[in-house]
Amino acid sequence: MRLLNLLKIAFKAIVLNKTRTLLTMLGIIIGVASVIAMLAIGEGSKESIRTTISAMGSNMITIRPGADDRGPARGSGGNVQTLTLQDYEVIKEKSELLSYITPVVNSGGQVINGSNNWPSTIYGVNPDYLNIKVVGLQSGSMFTDIAVQTASKVVLIGQTVVDNVFPDGQEPVGQMIRFNNIPFKVIGVLEEKGENTFGQDQDDVVIAPYTTVQKRILAIDYLNQIMASAISEDDAPEAVTQVTDILRSQHKLTATEDDDFTVRSMEELISTFSSTSEMLTILLVAVASISLLIGGIGIMNIMYVSVKERTKEIGLRMAVGGKGSDILMQFLIEAILISITGGILGVILGLSATVFIEKFLNWPTSVALYSIIISFAVCALTGIFFGWYPARKASALDPITALRYE
Amino acid sequence: MPKEIIKIEDLKREFIMGPETVHALRGISFTINEGEFVTIMGSSGSGKSTLLNILGCLDQPTSGIYEIDGVKMKDLTRNQLATIRNEKIGFIFQSYNLLARTSALENVELPLFYNSKVSSEERRDRAIKAIEMVGLKERMDHTPSQLSGGQQQRVAIARSLVNNPVMILADEATGNLDTRTAYEIMSIFQELNKQGITIVFVTHEPDIALFSHRTIVLRDGNIIKDYKNTNVLSATEELAKLPKQED
Ligand SMILES: Nc1ncnc2c1ncn2[C@@H]1O[C@H](COP(=O)(O)OP(=O)(O)OP(=O)(O)O)[C@@H](O)[C@H]1O
Ligand SMILES: [Mg+2]
Repeated sequence: MRLLNLLKIAFKAIVLNKTRTLLTMLGIIIGVASVIAMLAIGEGSKESIRTTISAMGSNMITIRPGADDRGPARGSGGNVQTLTLQDYEVIKEKSELLSYITPVVNSGGQVINGSNNWPSTIYGVNPDYLNIKVVGLQSGSMFTDIAVQTASKVVLIGQTVVDNVFPDGQEPVGQMIRFNNIPFKVIGVLEEKGENTFGQDQDDVVIAPYTTVQKRILAIDYLNQIMASAISEDDAPEAVTQVTDILRSQHKLTATEDDDFTVRSMEELISTFSSTSEMLTILLVAVASISLLIGGIGIMNIMYVSVKERTKEIGLRMAVGGKGSDILMQFLIEAILISITGGILGVILGLSATVFIEKFLNWPTSVALYSIIISFAVCALTGIFFGWYPARKASALDPITALRYE
Repeated sequence: MPKEIIKIEDLKREFIMGPETVHALRGISFTINEGEFVTIMGSSGSGKSTLLNILGCLDQPTSGIYEIDGVKMKDLTRNQLATIRNEKIGFIFQSYNLLARTSALENVELPLFYNSKVSSEERRDRAIKAIEMVGLKERMDHTPSQLSGGQQQRVAIARSLVNNPVMILADEATGNLDTRTAYEIMSIFQELNKQGITIVFVTHEPDIALFSHRTIVLRDGNIIKDYKNTNVLSATEELAKLPKQED
C-alpha cells in the first residue's frame, strides 16, 4: 500500500518534470548508445583483421631489413640496405623448413599504355611469389627462372591496373606497356583479390622478375624484403628461428648485437595486428569512456540540480507527514524509472546504430555484451545515485528548513 | 480538568546568521487546552510564524520544552513527528506552499498519500469534501498558477482539513481574502472548533481575533498579552450582517 502510493507519487513527479526526465534520459541514452556502438566498431575491426590475415596464408614468413620496429604499416623497410641477394641465397640453401622463397624489391611508378596512365607499384620477385601469396592467374602465365636470370622485361598485372590502362576491354596479355618509361611485355593477369582489411587494393600491382626491377628500374643490388613459406603452419615458428640464426651468422652479428633484420611469421603478424586493433579498441574504449563520463556528468547535473530545486517540494511533503524514508523512496523510484528506461532506450539506440553502421557504412561491427552491461550499469547507477544522494540530504532537514530553501 | 494539548515552557528559538544571532522567540510559556480557539497576534517579525512552526513540529526550538498531548517533542523520533504531522495536525502556511503544476484536488489529497490507512477512493472522497468546504469545487482541476492568491489559500486550508486533524495551526490563513471570504473561512473554523478541534490561528487583523476564545500577543519574541475573549463573535452571524453586494 505504502509502496504503491510512493510509486504513484514518483510516477506523477516524473510526468510533472517532463523536461528534466527527458534531459536525464537523453544523457543516459547517448552515453549508453555511443559506448555500445563504438565498442562494436572496435571489436568488429579486430575480428575482420584476424580473418583477413589468416586468409592470406598462415605459413607465410617475411624478412625485412632493419631492427624490429613492431609497426605493421611501415612499408618494406625504407632505405635500410642490410638485406642482400646473398642473404636470400644462403637462406634458400640452408633452411630446410621453407618450401618457397623469393626476394622482393618494389618501386612506385607510372604504368603507361598509349594515352592511359596509372600510378602503381611494381614488385620484383621470382616465380615462387605466386605460391607464397596464394594468388592464381586469370590469364597468361608466370615468368620463368630463365626470365629472372636474364632480367627479362616482362610483367604480370593486377585487375585494377588492367582496368585503368586497358579501359577498352582489350586483352592485356601480349601487349606492351611502359613502367616508368621502360617498355614491358604483359605476360599475365593476376586473379582478382579485392581490398584487404586495411583498405589496400590488392589488385593494384605489377609483378616482374626481381632482377629486372633491381637493374632496370631501381639500379640497386639490395633487397627490400624476402618472402617465404614454411613447409607447414606448425613449422612456421621453427622456421623463423632457423632463418634468424642463418641471417645472424651471415651478417656476422655477435651475441650482444641486436638483429639488423626482422623475421616474422603470419602468426606473429596476426598478433601484431591484433595488438594494433587492441590499441584501436583501447582508443575507442577511451573515447567511449569519455562520452560515458560526459553523459554521467550530464545525468549527475540534471539529477542533482532538479533534486535541489525540489527541496521545497521535499519540505512540503515532509510537512504534511511524509517520512524521510518515504521521500527517499520516492526519489529513488523516480531515479530508477528514469535511469532504467533511459538505459534500455540507449541499448536499443546503440544496437540500431551498430546495425546502421554495418549496413550503410559497410564497417565490420561486433556487439560486445560487456559494453552493454558496463555502459548500462554506469549510466543507470550514476542516475540512481545522483537522484538518491541529494534527496537523502534534503530529507534529513527539518521540514521548515527544506521549505525555506531557495 | 481539560486536557492540555499544547504546553510550552521557556521556549526559545534563535537563528544564527553568521556573526549575528536573531532571537525570534525569547523564552515564552503557555498552555493550550484541547478544544480551544486561540489567535496569536503581533506585529511583523514578532515571532508568530516561528512559534507556529515549532507547534506544528516543523521546526525544533533552540531550548525550552514543547509538550504535545503530554509527550515531549524532544523524545519523539523524526518518523514519530512525521506521523503526528500527518494524522494530528493540519497546518496552513503563510505562503500556502502548494505543489506547482499539480491540480488543487491532488494538492489537497497529498497528506493522505502518506497515510497508508486511507484507501485511494477514500482519499479522493475526503479531498473533494474538503475542497467543497472551502468553496472551490469548480476549480479543483486547476493548478495553483491558474488560481488567485485567495483561491490558493483556500486550497491550502482544504489540505489542512483533509486528514481530520485534532489541531489546526493556521498562519495568516485569511491574509489574502476579502472580508466576506475571510468570514466564511472563519465560520468553517468555528464549526470545526465546535466539533472539538483545537485551533491556533495567527493573524494581525484584530477583527479576526474577535472570533476566537483567547488571544496571545507577541512582541519581539516575548508574550506581552494573553487574554480570554469574553465576547466571542459568531462568524456566521457577522457574515449575515455584511452587505450583500460588496464589490
Ligand atoms: N530561517 C530564519 N533565519 C533567520 N532569521 C529568521 C528565520 N525565520 C525567522 N527569522 C527571524 O525571526 C524573526 C521572527 O520571524 P517570524 O517569521 O516568526 O515573524 P512573524 O511574526 O511571522 O512576521 P510576519 O507577520 O511578517 O509573518 C524575524 O526577525 C525574522 O527575521
Ligand atoms: Mg509570519
